[in-house]
Amino acid sequence: MKFFDISVSELHQKLVDKELTVTELVSQTLDQIEADQKVLNDFITINRTDALSKAKEIDEKGIDPDNIWAGIPIAVKDNIITKGLKTTAASKMLGNFTPIYDATVVERLQAHDVIIIGKTNMDEFAMGGSTETSFFGDTHNPWDHTKVPGGSSGGSATTVSAGNSIAALGSDTGGSIRQPASYTGIVGVKPTYGRISRYGLIAFGSSLDQIGPMTRSVEDNAALLNIIAGLDERDLTSSDKEVPDFASKIGKDIKGMKIGLPKEYLGEGIDEAVKAVIQEAVQVLTDLGAVVEEISLPRSNYGVAAYYIIGSSEASSNLQRFDGIRYGYRADDVKSLEDVYVKTRSEGFGDEVKRRIMLGTYSLSAGSYDAYFKKAAQVRTLIINDFNQVFENYDLIIGPTAPTPAYAIGAEVDDPTTMYMNDILTIPVNLAGLPAMSLPAGFVDGMPVGLQIIAKPFDEETMYQAGAAFEKATDFHQKHPEMEDK
Amino acid sequence: MNFKTTIGLEVHIELKTNSKIFSPSPVEFGDQPNANTNVIDWGYPGVLPQTNKGVVEAGMMAAKALHANITKTQHFDRKNYFYPDNPKAYQVTQADTPIGTDGWIEIEVEGKKKKVGIAEMHIEEDAGKNTHNPNGYSYVDLNRQGTPLIEIVSKPDIESPDEAYAYLEALRQRIQFTGISDVKMEEGSMRVDVNISIRPIGSEQYGTKAELKNINSFNFVRKGLAFEEKRQQKILLAGGEVRPETRRYDEASGETILMRVKEGADDYRYFPEPDLPSITISDEWIKDVEAKMPEMPGKRRARYVNELGVTDYDAMVLTQTKEMSDFFEAAINYGADAKLTANYLMGDVNAYLNDQKMDLQDTKITPENLANMVKMISDETISSKIAKKVFKAITQGEEPTAWVKAKGLVQLSDPAVLTPIIVKTVDDNEQSVADFKNGKDRAVGFLVGQIMKQTKGQANPKVVNQILMKELNSR
Amino acid sequence: MTTENNITKADVAHVASLAKLKFNDNELEKFTGQIEDIIDMVNTLNEVDTDNVKPTFNVTDQFNRMREDVAVRSGDKEALLANAPDTENGFIRVPAILDESEEA
Repeated sequence: MKFFDISVSELHQKLVDKELTVTELVSQTLDQIEADQKVLNDFITINRTDALSKAKEIDEKGIDPDNIWAGIPIAVKDNIITKGLKTTAASKMLGNFTPIYDATVVERLQAHDVIIIGKTNMDEFAMGGSTETSFFGDTHNPWDHTKVPGGSSGGSATTVSAGNSIAALGSDTGGSIRQPASYTGIVGVKPTYGRISRYGLIAFGSSLDQIGPMTRSVEDNAALLNIIAGLDERDLTSSDKEVPDFASKIGKDIKGMKIGLPKEYLGEGIDEAVKAVIQEAVQVLTDLGAVVEEISLPRSNYGVAAYYIIGSSEASSNLQRFDGIRYGYRADDVKSLEDVYVKTRSEGFGDEVKRRIMLGTYSLSAGSYDAYFKKAAQVRTLIINDFNQVFENYDLIIGPTAPTPAYAIGAEVDDPTTMYMNDILTIPVNLAGLPAMSLPAGFVDGMPVGLQIIAKPFDEETMYQAGAAFEKATDFHQKHPEMEDK
Repeated sequence: MNFKTTIGLEVHIELKTNSKIFSPSPVEFGDQPNANTNVIDWGYPGVLPQTNKGVVEAGMMAAKALHANITKTQHFDRKNYFYPDNPKAYQVTQADTPIGTDGWIEIEVEGKKKKVGIAEMHIEEDAGKNTHNPNGYSYVDLNRQGTPLIEIVSKPDIESPDEAYAYLEALRQRIQFTGISDVKMEEGSMRVDVNISIRPIGSEQYGTKAELKNINSFNFVRKGLAFEEKRQQKILLAGGEVRPETRRYDEASGETILMRVKEGADDYRYFPEPDLPSITISDEWIKDVEAKMPEMPGKRRARYVNELGVTDYDAMVLTQTKEMSDFFEAAINYGADAKLTANYLMGDVNAYLNDQKMDLQDTKITPENLANMVKMISDETISSKIAKKVFKAITQGEEPTAWVKAKGLVQLSDPAVLTPIIVKTVDDNEQSVADFKNGKDRAVGFLVGQIMKQTKGQANPKVVNQILMKELNSR
Repeated sequence: MTTENNITKADVAHVASLAKLKFNDNELEKFTGQIEDIIDMVNTLNEVDTDNVKPTFNVTDQFNRMREDVAVRSGDKEALLANAPDTENGFIRVPAILDESEEA
């Protein structure tokens, strides 16, 4: 059963009404994922046995009518730790790593009887924007198998886009949820920094990383965020702010809502066809009564440079623990301790990860810290100031999610600087810790294009309100790739 | 040519908290390897540090005890280096915003008092332990990983090995009184690294430092520094140059031995730990911590002198260690006389500890038992002579009141009991009475001796004397 | 601070040694070129005036978040050791450490 035209609450009703058992639901989901795996390669691990036994348990227990997530299978990005279920971060380094604890988000899913259907493919350690840096091979965009699905949460985006999973979790450090959501025509949200615990998310850039939901609809997205958000004693950076019902404003009109459109987001380097899609989206929002005005985020163009220094510096330190001593890969034929370190790390990491480790190590090394790491952190402050100024007068900021639609597999993989520029529109949000969404806004040459909606810190509700209004006024989310319904 | 010596000390002190600094694993020693570890201690993928409030408060106490300024807004930093006992390949420490800065302690060398400055102190995590085996492998135990440490860095005010020794003594004493650490070098809860340089008197510029690592006792610190001072002098006098070296002290030869020559600074790539929010310390919080903090030795000493009537010298000796001072206070809380308790602690108890080479806490002597003995002396239930026997008993863990009763050692002070014995003794020794009448005082001593013999030493000499004199004068 | 950029192969090799990575000559060549390009890109930051700007190292809204000092035994010793590539008698085993210079 493809999940193209059904919401989580509708699926829940079917389970409550016993039109469908959880076992049937999970079994069909597994079948369609497995059937497409050869073509899409969107999973690293499919959790068949365990998912079916959980399904049986829930069937025996009965569906709680107040818990719309009971028995719903979802896919989880493979950098989120799952106890007893292989978690690789798409790296040879963790190719056979079976964790002994659960991430906080996983515990929260399980507390709601959500069934983890499998672990999705991604760029290695979430470093990349195409899912091509995975040790486990490329993932293919369901809309055109010769194109990338974006990344790093490419597998999660793909399984939802292909209608094989109703929802998935991704992670977003510089756009890794929103950009693949844009490339595959789904809804992806990066919540405010601190909204969701990072405990159990394999760290890339600790001050930038956030887990977030990826779904077919805005409503489902808010519903998934509802059950995973909130304070966690194990992540001291997680916020103690009260968690609202994120769907509370969905359905309210957006008349008079003030929305800023940064001129830099429709400037140089942005595909003209993508600009046209966004202009049409602006018209839709205006027709709905919103006031959309041009604004400026003058320092946003420096976001990419600041991000690559900060993210890579943090990553270089976070990834030092992969040393072949306590878990994960260890190189064969090691004669000395130095061999354990150097051979393990040189063999265990792929090129993109090595590039970032090198850049980060360089940025932090003696004599470079002030010129690179500190400088980037200062520019970060200015980028935050730019957002703060705009948010004094505007409720939301909109723009494209990515400068182009999905590109051909192999086109940019060895051209890091070009690839890095794909994140130019998503990165400032991570630097500032803001919540942002990408949702389907049109097509260019048959490939989906996303609209990005950026909100004030901890104001996900307004972001969902505007997203839902836009979704209701358009039909882009109803389009789906031609996938064979098995 | 005469030289001036400059010594710096970096002291690591292990804090005695229940749990580790960034994980809830217990801080305990002597368990099976890796028994006290969890996924955080192992630096598992995805884990995050969780700061222990108790460690921050212990750090605040140390800062207060060392007269340092507490940094109002603090964060942690990562120090990056690979080593098998360092699971994340970074140590979480405070490089930028140490919890305390600009402190001092007073030392005394040969009667001369001096303030030694403390540059800063910071809290950080300890590493695990590597054991090296000649079989070609090293073995890693992560039980110690994450044990909270405070590192205390002196200013370059220390100018001789004796001052270094006095500094360590004073530092240990003050930290011990806060109760945040056992501060025992032999157990590794206090670790000392020192650096020393010399320069010709009159020269403004410091000489090249040599570092001494992992020295096992204060005494070896003093000896190592003294050796190093001479070694460097010899080099300079011969026209040579001191190299920046790391050396260790060899206990057998009393010499320092080269470990390695330092080539450039290590590149630890410090940066602020992004996984931990900053800590802001309010005046109110400082007050709360101060209220929880045990009294420091100086205050205790003043109180002993002014309120308890203990002599200055006794008060100083009693406050050498927290153990002794706490013991003293516990004993007087049981109602024992302060001065007499002080005498016993400084006399018999200290002699016993020296004799047995034991710490007070490892003996069977309890404050309650010592207090009960002192009380029996005060109310003349036992004589000071009997007290010697009683003291032996309390070192065996005996309760003195019961023991004295059981052994029938209660002092005879009742005149109704003593008078007939005394009268009989006087009656039996006419010669002594005559001698006494003739002004021979020795006769009294003889008679007392006879009476003590009759009472198996239990007669109260004071009472005996009174009754005897009355008896003799009446004849 | 200048924008001139002369990253050499030796610089890259030095950084690699800090990061415990090793590249062969071809890789070193390729990485040096790529890192040069990236450094060129990040050097655009020098166009931004950051005098007197406070750096942002974190965007959490939290401060003074701490755990009470309560000890919890994980009971995970065996599971942890089972994931380690080489262990013996409850220890993690590594080839002999020859350089004992690192001390906490």
